[in-house]
Amino acid sequence: MSITRRKLLVLMPAAAVAWEYVLADQPEGSPNYKTTDHWWGMLLDITKCIGCGSCVRACQLENHVPDGYYRTWVERYVVRDWGFGNIGVDSPDGGKNGFPVLADKEGKSFFVPKLCNHCADSPCTQVCPVGATFISPDGVVLVDKKYCLGCRYCIQACPYGCRFLNPETQTAEKCSLCYHRITKGLTTACCEVCPTGARQLADLKDPADPVHEFLKTHSVQVLKPHLATGAKAFYNGLDGSVR
Amino acid sequence: MNFDGFMYPNEVELQWSVLIVLYPFLTGLVAGAFILASLERVFLVEAVKPTYRLALLTALAFLIVAPLPLQLHLGHPERSFEMYLTPHRSSAMAMFGFVYLWYLMAVLVVEIWLDYRKDIVLMMQSFKGLKKCMYWTMTLGSTNISNESRRVDNRVGWLITLIGIPSAFLLHGYVGFIFGSVKANPWWSTPLMPVVFLFSAMVSGIAAVMLLYMILSKIHGREIDQRCVDTVARYLLYTFLIDFSLEMLDLIHRIYEADESFRSLDFMVHTRLYTSQVVIQIVAGTVVPIALLGITQVLRLNANVRKRLYAIAGSLTLIGIFAMRWNVVIGGQLFSKSFLGYTTYKMGFVAREGLLTAIVLTLLPLVILWVLVNLLPPWPEKNAAVVSPSTPRQLAD
Repeated sequence: MSITRRKLLVLMPAAAVAWEYVLADQPEGSPNYKTTDHWWGMLLDITKCIGCGSCVRACQLENHVPDGYYRTWVERYVVRDWGFGNIGVDSPDGGKNGFPVLADKEGKSFFVPKLCNHCADSPCTQVCPVGATFISPDGVVLVDKKYCLGCRYCIQACPYGCRFLNPETQTAEKCSLCYHRITKGLTTACCEVCPTGARQLADLKDPADPVHEFLKTHSVQVLKPHLATGAKAFYNGLDGSVR
Repeated sequence: MNFDGFMYPNEVELQWSVLIVLYPFLTGLVAGAFILASLERVFLVEAVKPTYRLALLTALAFLIVAPLPLQLHLGHPERSFEMYLTPHRSSAMAMFGFVYLWYLMAVLVVEIWLDYRKDIVLMMQSFKGLKKCMYWTMTLGSTNISNESRRVDNRVGWLITLIGIPSAFLLHGYVGFIFGSVKANPWWSTPLMPVVFLFSAMVSGIAAVMLLYMILSKIHGREIDQRCVDTVARYLLYTFLIDFSLEMLDLIHRIYEADESFRSLDFMVHTRLYTSQVVIQIVAGTVVPIALLGITQVLRLNANVRKRLYAIAGSLTLIGIFAMRWNVVIGGQLFSKSFLGYTTYKMGFVAREGLLTAIVLTLLPLVILWVLVNLLPPWPEKNAAVVSPSTPRQLAD
């Protein structure tokens, strides 16, 4: 096959555009990762969380989260059986350094790790005026920092309080499920450091993932199910008082 | 620590400031003023004619400024044009950009231009130098003001107003939808929100034009057309009654239904929002002006007393509607989405999103209106004075 120089010059930009499309299905730097083969979520076992805050610290280090803002945090619930204000919650510094000992031993107490729920029908991506926040084909809600206007509509739309405006970049920020790690076959920073295995990254499309067995044998729940966001942060042992 | 109870850690800081309060307030004035103008044009309410052009100019002045608070609020204002270039179709905010542009360019500017075209041509002919050049530019090269062309102007203008009414409804109803469609926030999430926003917009726009008409008449030493202000005040009362009924319906529905958010919201209204919601919005900004306007309908008061009551009622109305916007925007961020805590809003004075900026942005439309009124006088008599006696002859030529 012969090709003239003129034809080659015409074809080269077209080939470059086509190559962009080819690469689009493969996250940067992970040529063997195919987005359509995965559907990510997370399993959070409240019965196992000890409120040590390792996950919060690991996340802040891994993702350079500015002080005072949180991609993930831990809440401590203290629930008494009755009365006005029977639900007490605290999360000092997002639970980063653990929790002070409870003075009052009345009622039950437990820890709830929180993060972006990576909703399949996420209200935050719905409202973004330019599509800077989007759901990747593998089910992770991400933010394109180079495109975000910083209008904060997504922050208002998130029912779980998972988003914030990064004061340095002036763009919306949230948990990316350590996308830079999971596309390389690693787990998230928070799951990596959790000493009790209370957090488990789950690939719902992978038949070999132990999450399937867990979901079959346990009663799991998502946060605020009435909002029908298609949340993919599944909680085991979730108390009705948790919001 | 500036919060009580428990807030999700990222919620402590408020995201939408006083500038976002200002934004629906300004667009509301635009929609309301335009709807008042359409009363004369489409519904042939002759009595409000003296306010027709002023209402259009008021709408334009406020519409020009309306996007500024948004721009100042954005983390990256330089990227805002992306909303037009690559809009996200499922986003209420993105689509609003087009509604705004449609309303500004296809409705308001065209209607004003058609209505003023003859005056612009006459003024171009009566002035010299830079002013002539300016008015010549404003004619857009269309200098034919024969009766036939005026007839076409009127017909097209009527059509534009007809399209403009649903557009004005859309403009502000849509602002309500931006808030009302946020299901994460029970303070905002109600299908009544667009309707309440729309009627409150009409209330604020009518009150603003009524006040501006009375103030400008005083400044220019003209007599206030009593029949006109009586009619405008009557429409203000009717619209206000609908608006108040809708807001009360929303309130009663919330109290009776008492869903999971109710206890939290009720506590907020009785504490942090008490002054702005109960005292300023409901009592001083709604009940009192409705009572004052009602008195003018029931009692036979002399013209001067009526005018004074209208002025007081109009001013209180604007304060009340501003408070309503405040309570929606700021109130909607004071409570935690966990319903277990409350934060506070601290407004800076000299800051990008501070009080001073808000004051400047509130006054800016009035400055623009002053320029517009001088450029395109809304009073027919004044136009006659501007045009020299020789002009009709030139026209005939």
